[in-house]
Amino acid sequence: MTIASTTLTHLQRLEAESISIMRDAVSESQHPVMLYSIGKDSAVMLHLAQKAFFPGKLPFPLLHVDTTWKFQDMYRLRDKKAQELGADLIVHKNPEAVALGINPFDHGSAVHTDVWKTEGLKQALDAGGFDLAFGGARRDEEKSRAKERIFSVRSKDHRWDPKQQRPELWRLYNARVHQGESVRVFPLSNWTELDVWQYISLQGIEIVPLYFAAERAVVERDGTLIMVDDNRFRLHEGEVPMTRKVRFRTLGCYPLSGAIESEADTLSGIIQEMLLATTSERQGRLIDHDSKASMEKKKQEGYF
Amino acid sequence: MTAHQSDLIASDIEAYLHEHEHKSLLRFITCGSVDDGKSTLIGRLLYESQMVFEDQLAALHVDSKTAGTQGGELDLALLVDGLAAEREQGITIDVAYRFFSTEKRKFIVADTPGHEQYTRNMVTGASTADLAIILVDARKGVLTQTRRHSFLVSLLGIRKIVLAVNKIDAVDYSEEVVAAIDADYRAFAAGIGLHDITTIPTSALKGDNVLVSSANTPWYDGPTLLGHLEVVENDSALQAGPFRMPVQWVSRPDLDFRGFAGQIAGGIVRPGDQVRVLPSGRVSTVARIVTMDGDLDEAVALQSVTLTLTDEVDISRGDVLAAADDAPAVADQFDATIIWMGEQDLRPGRPYLLKIGARTVTATVGTPDHKVDVNTMEQQPATTLSLNEIGACRVSLDRAVPFDPYTTNRDMGGFILIDRLTNNTVGAGLLQSAVRRADNVHWQATDVDKAAHGVLKGQKPCVLWFTGVPSSGKSTVANLVEKQLHAQGRHTYLLDGDNIRHGLSKDLGFTPEDRVENIRRVGEVARLMVDAGLIVLVTLVSPYKAERDLVRNRLDEGEFFEIFVDAPLAVVQERDPKGLYKRAQRGEAVGVTGVDSPYEAPENPELRLPTAELSPEAASAKVLSMLTDVGIVTA
Repeated sequence: MTIASTTLTHLQRLEAESISIMRDAVSESQHPVMLYSIGKDSAVMLHLAQKAFFPGKLPFPLLHVDTTWKFQDMYRLRDKKAQELGADLIVHKNPEAVALGINPFDHGSAVHTDVWKTEGLKQALDAGGFDLAFGGARRDEEKSRAKERIFSVRSKDHRWDPKQQRPELWRLYNARVHQGESVRVFPLSNWTELDVWQYISLQGIEIVPLYFAAERAVVERDGTLIMVDDNRFRLHEGEVPMTRKVRFRTLGCYPLSGAIESEADTLSGIIQEMLLATTSERQGRLIDHDSKASMEKKKQEGYF
Repeated sequence: MTAHQSDLIASDIEAYLHEHEHKSLLRFITCGSVDDGKSTLIGRLLYESQMVFEDQLAALHVDSKTAGTQGGELDLALLVDGLAAEREQGITIDVAYRFFSTEKRKFIVADTPGHEQYTRNMVTGASTADLAIILVDARKGVLTQTRRHSFLVSLLGIRKIVLAVNKIDAVDYSEEVVAAIDADYRAFAAGIGLHDITTIPTSALKGDNVLVSSANTPWYDGPTLLGHLEVVENDSALQAGPFRMPVQWVSRPDLDFRGFAGQIAGGIVRPGDQVRVLPSGRVSTVARIVTMDGDLDEAVALQSVTLTLTDEVDISRGDVLAAADDAPAVADQFDATIIWMGEQDLRPGRPYLLKIGARTVTATVGTPDHKVDVNTMEQQPATTLSLNEIGACRVSLDRAVPFDPYTTNRDMGGFILIDRLTNNTVGAGLLQSAVRRADNVHWQATDVDKAAHGVLKGQKPCVLWFTGVPSSGKSTVANLVEKQLHAQGRHTYLLDGDNIRHGLSKDLGFTPEDRVENIRRVGEVARLMVDAGLIVLVTLVSPYKAERDLVRNRLDEGEFFEIFVDAPLAVVQERDPKGLYKRAQRGEAVGVTGVDSPYEAPENPELRLPTAELSPEAASAKVLSMLTDVGIVTA
């Protein structure tokens, strides 16, 4: 009998599972697409997709639902990755939002997010006739996501109906939908935030530099540090940007993303900070973390 | 995360990451009710391993005061029990997956709360678990639900059991109580094939023997619960089995590369290994194990890889690559255990889609031989299966598939059933054994073969399969066609659906299952007649596409002509020579195709005859001209 000399680590098992999910999803759909938001989870998902179809190219396009208000560093990485991979990149900007000039300053974060992202995503999926879309959401992000399927069925109008969700057994996924319906597939379902960071570190995956601490021009608004990323930022009367060593835990539209003061300019530094933030700085960071979590949640509901 | 880990994160993050990187993964399921302290146990594992975030902890402090059962103390059960917000979402299939890690392992817990939908939830959670924790309340011992949980866990192939005798604090940490429950459970468990049992006395509430050994149980010298979970052997059995890999994706980036991608379902593979391709049976040799990180010398169960072979072999998605000297069997009829998960009952005889490995085929499920009461494990007679019921059924596929019994390999023997109309997953199945191994009974080759029979008769044998709702004109047209072929000196035979039921299918009724069997028999008779060199005309309602395709697949290419006798319902109800539709309208006849029983119209028939517009003569002329066009008869 052959004796195996390979023992798989938890990251190897997660990687294998994600790759298997992607291969199955692509095989069982007509027009798959990958939602690419340029964040760290998207970076890992894209890397896994490369592995899944190596040595071939990605058998689906990347879709970025753009709000025109992302950080400049994000656009740079997006275009660079698309070019490197020879990937078909679809950038969708809701034409209605473009015409109305929707922005976070005049319209507030809720309207801004809803029109650009939620509506924009629906438009882009309908326009492409996509019946399956990969997303980078994880089950550990919050309690209510613990029960989300890996293959999540959406109705014709992109709504999530709990009664339509199917039991998932073994590694057998059911991607069958009627005309007009679609499936959202979450290959990173069983990854935790720590897994994502460690995988980035081990695989040398390129991420947006904003995750690393650096001297950046920021203003303080209601106790939150906002980075002044371009000249569209509306400074208040007498407000002067100051330089702080900051980084971002999550990336979105720059006027809506809060920076944290940090010295973590390496991956291990970031991971250390993340782990300690949940272990020793519990009550102190409560408000900070909670508001971030709810913003993340908003993103999930609208964007995903 | 233990204290050791917290210190390490602060003092030496690189060392911590190195430790974390090499952790293995264990997936387990917890079985028990809130009453047994299941939620408290999971809550404690999450809490002690510090997987509880600030917002959750703050909420927990508030909830513990308002809704807690621990007199305002922290109530860990509230961490995992469904809160109002979750209930409002109306999630009925609740398998929640939770994550935590220790110094040695990362864990994924499948948590299946609540009593409702218990079977469906537990089966789903157990399908991916390596181990099960069965919780027993020390005060109550082995209960009906303990047996039910254990039966389901055993059914789904979990062999490693932890019997957590919980609430040990409530029985004064009594060794005798634990010993009695342990003996009781083992006696029962052996009967359902569970032998690998580790019994641990715990108090999830107080923390005894969960993370740290308890001073209250000096008589217990075994591991703590977490200590056991950290070291229990995992996934080695899967690697010890023969090599199996369902092909998920054929990689052809350019003309020079042809790779077969999949996740290894069993065993080990190395370059140079001989592999057999199933179901074709072709043998080749592994050339490379390709990954983006470079070629591998070896790949093991659960890895996702891409293999290249030394020969040009035709392989497509759904085929299985297997150890050449230990390949799985290939069959198209099985005895299986089915767990029904659909809101609508199982319809025996109705075609469902069956997904196994990377292959989806059409399947019909026979009337259950019996169903199993999950509480008593007794067999009961059954005619169907309802939501959460488990039964033994015969499953017939339209194509043969490679398989291993479920107990040997979960990925090679587990399948799901998908309803073709709703697209929902309505059942899960475990293949037990093949009824008729396609590779065991060989066709006896005879010297005077089909072609020889045909040549003597001056014709190419074939089947003209007339399908359509009752009174659409199948028999009328077929009769005319046969008369004209006969006049031309052709050797023919007309198999009439009604006539067959007077003899060959006398024992069959009109249930979906019996209809399927009737069509199978008629198809096999037609096939023998084709072998004898005849032109066979079959008139049969044959409402299901799957069965018509089944017959088509039993014949050679170009031998099966599906003739869709297409008449609108209004027209056939007007004709109604047998008074069938009138009886259906009066409620005297049920199961009438087109009225209360579905008819699946052919998608691509060789010929469509709209008999509302065509006279019988014109229709038969179209059939004859088709036969001339394709060379079955010469003009």
